[in-house]
Amino acid sequence: MSTRTQADEAEAVRFDRDSAGIVTLVLDDPTQGANTMNAAYVASMRRAVDRLEAERDEVRGVVVTSAKQTFFAGGDLATMMLATPDDAAEVFATIEEVKRQLRALETLGRPVVAAMGGSALGGGYEIALACHHRIAVADGRSEFGLPEVSLGLLPGGGGVTRTVRMFGLQEALTNVLLRGPRMRPDRALAAGLVDELVDSVDDLVPAGRAWVLAHADADDGDDSASTQPWDRPGYRIPGGAPSSPKLAQLLPAFASHLRQQTKGAPYTAPRAIMAAAVEGAQVDVDTALRIESRYLTSLLIRQQFKDMAKALFFDVRHINAGGSRPDGPAPWRASKVAVVGAGMMGAGIACSTARAGMPVMLADVDAAAAERGTARCLDLLDKAVGRGRMSPAERDDVLASIHPTSHSSDLEGCDLLIEAVFEDLDLKHRVYRDLEPILAADALLASNTSTLPITALAKGVQRRDDFIGLHFFSPVDKMPLVEIIVGEQTSDAALARAYDFVLAIRKTPIVVNDSRGFFTSRVFGTLLMEAVGMVREGCNPVSIERATTRAGFPAPPLAMLDEVSLTLVQHIDTAAAQEPGHERPPGMDIVDRMVGDFDRRGKAAGAGFYAYPEDGQKWLWPGLWDELGCARDGDSPVPFTDMQERLTFVMTLETVRCLDEGVLRSVPDANVGSILGIGFPPLRGGALQHVNGYAGGPAGFVARAGELAAAYGDRFAPPASLVTLAEAHQTYR
Amino acid sequence: MADSAASTGPPAYVFDAIRTPRGRGKQSGALYEVKPVDLVVGLLRELQNRNTSLDPEGIEDVVLGCVTPVGDQGADIAKVCAVAAGLPYTTAGVQLNRFCASGLEAVNQAAQRIRSGWEDLIVAGGVESMSRVPMASDGGAWAMDPMTAFATDFVPQGISADLIATMHGWDRAACDAFATESQARAAKAAADGRFARSMLPVTDRNGLVVLDHDELVRPDTTVESLAALKPSFATIGEHGGFDSVALEKYHWIERIDHMHHAGNSSGVVDGAALVLVGSEAAGARHGLTPRARVLATALSGAEPTIMLTGPAPASRKALARAGLDVADIDLFEMNEAFAAVVKRFMRDLSVPRDITNVNGGAIAMGHPLGATGAMLLGTLIDELDRRDQRYGLVTMCVGGGMGIATVVERLA
Repeated sequence: MSTRTQADEAEAVRFDRDSAGIVTLVLDDPTQGANTMNAAYVASMRRAVDRLEAERDEVRGVVVTSAKQTFFAGGDLATMMLATPDDAAEVFATIEEVKRQLRALETLGRPVVAAMGGSALGGGYEIALACHHRIAVADGRSEFGLPEVSLGLLPGGGGVTRTVRMFGLQEALTNVLLRGPRMRPDRALAAGLVDELVDSVDDLVPAGRAWVLAHADADDGDDSASTQPWDRPGYRIPGGAPSSPKLAQLLPAFASHLRQQTKGAPYTAPRAIMAAAVEGAQVDVDTALRIESRYLTSLLIRQQFKDMAKALFFDVRHINAGGSRPDGPAPWRASKVAVVGAGMMGAGIACSTARAGMPVMLADVDAAAAERGTARCLDLLDKAVGRGRMSPAERDDVLASIHPTSHSSDLEGCDLLIEAVFEDLDLKHRVYRDLEPILAADALLASNTSTLPITALAKGVQRRDDFIGLHFFSPVDKMPLVEIIVGEQTSDAALARAYDFVLAIRKTPIVVNDSRGFFTSRVFGTLLMEAVGMVREGCNPVSIERATTRAGFPAPPLAMLDEVSLTLVQHIDTAAAQEPGHERPPGMDIVDRMVGDFDRRGKAAGAGFYAYPEDGQKWLWPGLWDELGCARDGDSPVPFTDMQERLTFVMTLETVRCLDEGVLRSVPDANVGSILGIGFPPLRGGALQHVNGYAGGPAGFVARAGELAAAYGDRFAPPASLVTLAEAHQTYR
Repeated sequence: MADSAASTGPPAYVFDAIRTPRGRGKQSGALYEVKPVDLVVGLLRELQNRNTSLDPEGIEDVVLGCVTPVGDQGADIAKVCAVAAGLPYTTAGVQLNRFCASGLEAVNQAAQRIRSGWEDLIVAGGVESMSRVPMASDGGAWAMDPMTAFATDFVPQGISADLIATMHGWDRAACDAFATESQARAAKAAADGRFARSMLPVTDRNGLVVLDHDELVRPDTTVESLAALKPSFATIGEHGGFDSVALEKYHWIERIDHMHHAGNSSGVVDGAALVLVGSEAAGARHGLTPRARVLATALSGAEPTIMLTGPAPASRKALARAGLDVADIDLFEMNEAFAAVVKRFMRDLSVPRDITNVNGGAIAMGHPLGATGAMLLGTLIDELDRRDQRYGLVTMCVGGGMGIATVVERLA
């Protein structure tokens, strides 16, 4: 008979002791669909642990499990977002209480097992880490790990301290903490994050009970099952503590290696993780836990976490929940997709589509071109197999659902067309004219154009309300963003279908209204032109490139310019010049000289801002100094910090204009689109969050923009809408 | 234009400066078998043997630089040596650590204390057995603690040296040429017996010679022979991330060229040195003839990532205190931590090579960390004597970006 009362039913952590003395703690937050470390959990777990300690003599072991679809979702981010530096004491106390409870569980002196159904990430996984044994379901889907670093936090529920003591300093940092990988069950088992796999959810608790019974009351006095390794006498950290000679040799490079990985961008979370890990390894486990709490507190109360979480958690969640999807239309799934144009982009799109279980006709002008496309798909799939993301059998299944063709008739009945041919309006119109009659009568018609206006492209089809832009990013297999572009006549129904398709292929959609350059190309262009503008002003190009990566951009702009090619940039500017009110960016002078005077067109042409020697790394072309007169040494006419701010400010201000003009429909689209599509520094939370998070908030941003405008040009003058927002003490939500 | 406050105290004189030969700082080195305590005790005894009128009761303190004061070198090695050498119980001892500058710092502090008027006679110097107590054995937060490393932009010295060479466009050949010259000068100086006055052999308890010459010197060094050596810091720079750290700050440099190696950087060696520093009154009391007067000492510093450019500002500061100009100095001793560092100093102060490290330097003879500064001072004074010249300056680059300098006037 179990000892469970009515009062227990409302607990976020239910306590149930059976006649065998096994206590099952069921994590089941009564107010949410998933368990988080909210106030209800903290209070409830406290009661559960207190009761375990009081009833210890009658308890043989504990099974911790969840009644939800997932084990535990982690920290209560919404509450954490509200913490300010003034809340440090309270934040620290809460973290310490959470850990005290888990530590009590860990040192109860009885075997405690985590029986995890569904994913356990972050704080949720940290609950499991305080247990002596971890069981999961081999469902191929659930994820385990400590991804806090990706939101600007650290695993402060004991995750740093315990993984260091399980795996050693280097292994814990490299494999678990600094990158925060989310591991599926097989990989989690292999990595030691999980100890045992069962076949189904129903097997979890029985397996947990079996383990407890096998290890409870051990007669030989071996209490190892109810004691963590680090609480046993004679325990040594695997690989050594910082003072050990072997580790002492390696330690000096830890910090520098991290800085190299982040290219000097000021990410505070990885540094705090490394510090908590190393400093914790120098002391006993309880002191280590407290050091870890202080480091987590320092991240939690500051802006970088808030900025990163805004974009990478809240805005992404808003989008995935259909934030910019029209409410009315029913969910839609394509049944047969036609991808026309089997180049790099087309092949990537086809591959992503097929991996999501939708059959694809990959079409091109002739069979050879189509075959080349499927060969590219095979390359992508082989890469995925190599990385352990899919089995060879899965790869074969996916490949079998990609059908190369050069006959339009094979596209009969396709209910989604994605056109990915050359950026030529007439060519695209011909494709639509040829195919529209063959496809399904209500097929969604999409173009992967990155520059041509959707409304103009739509003129090539009959059903203009079913025409839409689906702008993918290169390389398609790696870039999660798809920019959905709504033409003048595009219907809500079409938008909803496009949205559903993007989510189905596990990418992130943003919705943008048709205009030149849409959102991503337009704002990306401002980054490139600002960088080249600084070359024109005589700045040292080495400093410009380095300012960019220091600011948190993933790649330097002159190198990226070479990648897209200088001729394409000229082409885009020529097209844009046809619009009234177009102002030619000053940097175009440099682009024109590079192409016209020096025949340097970009990476594909073998020479651009960089020289591309056959053997070895690229170098910046010496002509930038010898011919264009750029500063040598540190004597650039623009201070280094100004270089960094010009780059982020120019993108943010252009994004504000996009919002003002109705090109962008929402703030989440702006933040997520800027990070995932065009490399806006994630640590700032995206192009609009940059305004909120800037020192002094929007008012500080406006003031600084004014200074930059005075020093470098009117493009930095804050738009009226931004000035108003700042004066009203509002933020971009 | 000397500082008026500095001119009021009694002058500080150098009465004697002695050193051991420098042994290779490895197990194969001749001094590996000799405890650091014995290196110092041997010199303390020799100091008395060659200054028979010196009454040890007058020695107030023994100040020793020692950069890795753990193990064999732990527990205030200076006082331990004072007692072990049979100095009076009233003679104190203290160990200090200003990284590579420790030996010169010890002499500088001694001189400052004499000039304060509160003390009369101090033995200052240093000791380091790098074979028995390897560099960095003492740990420390600067390199080992991530948060401290982040806050101080820590990079190892060799990265700083390569950065300096890259900044100034000095290539591998230029650095190796400098090193070759150092070797040639050291070999010639040894052959000419220029170290005979002050370099005393290390002997065992039976009086047998253990080492009587600087073990590292390789007279047959050429630029060609050095070309075969691999750059020592390329791997930690490129893969350990230190280049990236340095270039965050020196953002205009595209890539660091790695060119320093064992052959153009200071050698790892064992050795000890002592300098007898005191007031005029002490000299008179003990029948000691002053050899030089300490005119000025100074400390300064450079940004910690480039680290090794402190000698120029420290030297300028010391010269200003001494009321002298660069042109007044007859000889310079600039510690040869790395070839590029000395080249940078000569460039910063516009000092010619032919009066800098005229008897070679640490590239050829080695840099026993805690002792080197005292050795350089002794070498300088000996050479001023030999040339019958007047003013000399010793300067050193130091970990953490410090710079140190001492200006002396040799007395005829």
